[in-house]
Amino acid sequence: MTRIDTRFAQLKAAGRTGLIPFVAAGDPSPQHMVALMHTLVAAGADLIELGVPFSDPMADGPVIQHASERAIAKGVGLNEVLGWVGEFRRRDADTPIVLMGYLNPVEIHGYARFAQEAVAAGVDGVLLVDCPLEESAVLQPLRDAGLQQILLAAPTTAPVRMAQLCGSAEGFLYYVSFAGITGAAQLSTSDIAARVADIRARASAPVAVGFGIRDAASAVAIGKFADAVVIGSALVESLSGAMDAADIEGRARDFLQPIRAALDAS
Amino acid sequence: MDFQAWPDAQGRFGAYGGSYVAETLMAPLAELREAYERLSADPGFLAELDRDLQHYVGRPSPIYHAEQLSRHVGGARILLKREDLNHTGAHKINNTIGQALVARHMGKQRVIAETGAGQHGVATATVAARFGMRCVVYMGAVDIERQKINVYRMKLLGAEVVPVTSGSKTLKDALNEAMRDWVTNVADTFYIIGTVAGPHPYPKMVRDFNAIVGREARAQMLEQYGRLPDVLTACVGGGSNAIGLFHAFLNDAEVRMVGAEAAGLGLATGHHAASLAAGRPGVLHGNRTYVLCDDNGQITETHSVSAGLDYPGVGPEHAFLKDAGRAEYVGITDDEALEAFHLLARTEGILAALESSHAVAQAMKLARELPKDGIVLCNLSGRGDKDVHTIAAREGVEV
Repeated sequence: MTRIDTRFAQLKAAGRTGLIPFVAAGDPSPQHMVALMHTLVAAGADLIELGVPFSDPMADGPVIQHASERAIAKGVGLNEVLGWVGEFRRRDADTPIVLMGYLNPVEIHGYARFAQEAVAAGVDGVLLVDCPLEESAVLQPLRDAGLQQILLAAPTTAPVRMAQLCGSAEGFLYYVSFAGITGAAQLSTSDIAARVADIRARASAPVAVGFGIRDAASAVAIGKFADAVVIGSALVESLSGAMDAADIEGRARDFLQPIRAALDAS
Repeated sequence: MDFQAWPDAQGRFGAYGGSYVAETLMAPLAELREAYERLSADPGFLAELDRDLQHYVGRPSPIYHAEQLSRHVGGARILLKREDLNHTGAHKINNTIGQALVARHMGKQRVIAETGAGQHGVATATVAARFGMRCVVYMGAVDIERQKINVYRMKLLGAEVVPVTSGSKTLKDALNEAMRDWVTNVADTFYIIGTVAGPHPYPKMVRDFNAIVGREARAQMLEQYGRLPDVLTACVGGGSNAIGLFHAFLNDAEVRMVGAEAAGLGLATGHHAASLAAGRPGVLHGNRTYVLCDDNGQITETHSVSAGLDYPGVGPEHAFLKDAGRAEYVGITDDEALEAFHLLARTEGILAALESSHAVAQAMKLARELPKDGIVLCNLSGRGDKDVHTIAAREGVEV
């Protein structure tokens, strides 16, 4: 069983909603990245999504764009990100790590080389935003190496395609709660609930919901029907500008802990 | 090989092209693909398009023998395909009129576009005005500064111009922002992409709408000269005017094709926008193609005196033609383009766009290599009125 599958099985057994924070790798501070990852786990993260910076993040809103730009300006690339995962793994063998980003950095790194280095570092899955199922043949070396490809499903996904996605999903299926970019603020919980219920009935993989979840209230609302909630832009925003270790740790903890507590209490 | 048979059903030109987009866009792209496939086989739609191209755009555009320029260069005859004479002053309207018609048939009330030099933005604003559609144009803040005239033209035509301040604040960032708008407003919005890039079916659809340039030119050559040209040349940013000229000639093995990319300050300096001549295969803006990026896969900032060529990717069909050896791609520097601009103005009384001046510079090089009875056919893709301020500023003249 993969680390991701084990984690979702544990959550299910315990009757808990998974909490998946997204942080932009290298932001706010490259040297405190590994410490930040451990802080997230201590504050209640069940899985961490680590954003690999890309110069042209077409699906992201301004908050993650700017975090990406700041990280790139500090020289952060795949080599650094994989290095941090490897360092994180020395103290945490259980928390799954999913790298989220765009295809070009992986393509340029080389698929086979990336697959080997990512597995060696302890990465569990990849979510490549601009690599839909139809184009994912290029990711075969990643699958061969044991990395799970996390697929996205969206409100615009047609029924036939949704069936394909449900059939191909591994690790978990990431449901994008509304048609838009990351960090926007429109959520209609009842619509999402209906879609997620439909997906959960058809997919064997668990369903995580992301885009538009900002705080404990929205997390709890979504957590009522999703296996896990993903929180990205709001967390990245709350971390931005923090520079020393204590500040980063404090902000991450203060942001995540109340959400964890609210999910567990609901 | 039948070079005109591409792309395949997945939108691939050999190893290039495809649909590398977020899940949210898969459905609208499928909807567009189906609508375009249906309409492009519909005689009624094609007749409607032909009428507009003739009476609104002003087609056909002539091929013009630039005798004075040819004599000055002292080689083969240089012929210019006068796309600068189209309504709005460039080839871009061939595509926007086509896509706007598709949008109308799909019932979309709002169109969006990205623009670099502003030519595509103006061409989109123009057709939006004519069809009574709302129009939003995304433009890099840097380009807004260097193309003020076109920004004002778009506003006069009723479009909203949104400055893009992310990344390098140029064309690629405008494209990112337009994609984000489209993801958010897919229900009522049609995205009119201005070049032969983006996800399938855009590279094919934009090519098809621009291919009239080459179809006309090929027929005009046979009718007026009784032969095909020895070589074609056109500037390549995203590559829409180049593929428009090349496509009808792809299976004429005796016709050579040379694309002129922006070499900026020189290929060796790193300050250029020559994705094919100096880039590598990668994935950008929804397709696999040649891109300019660093070893981390980050797209690098480009430089060209011409905003319309200032783009770090290129249409996937050009990537395919390069690898197949069917077309060649070379760099023309800012200085070479400016020299060609001035020479064409003084010898022929034509102010070419800075983008098209790259093609003119390349045509001059090619003409020197050929005998006097040879023919170089150059796509004069746009007129230069929009660039007068840029040129004046470079030369220290206050207008």
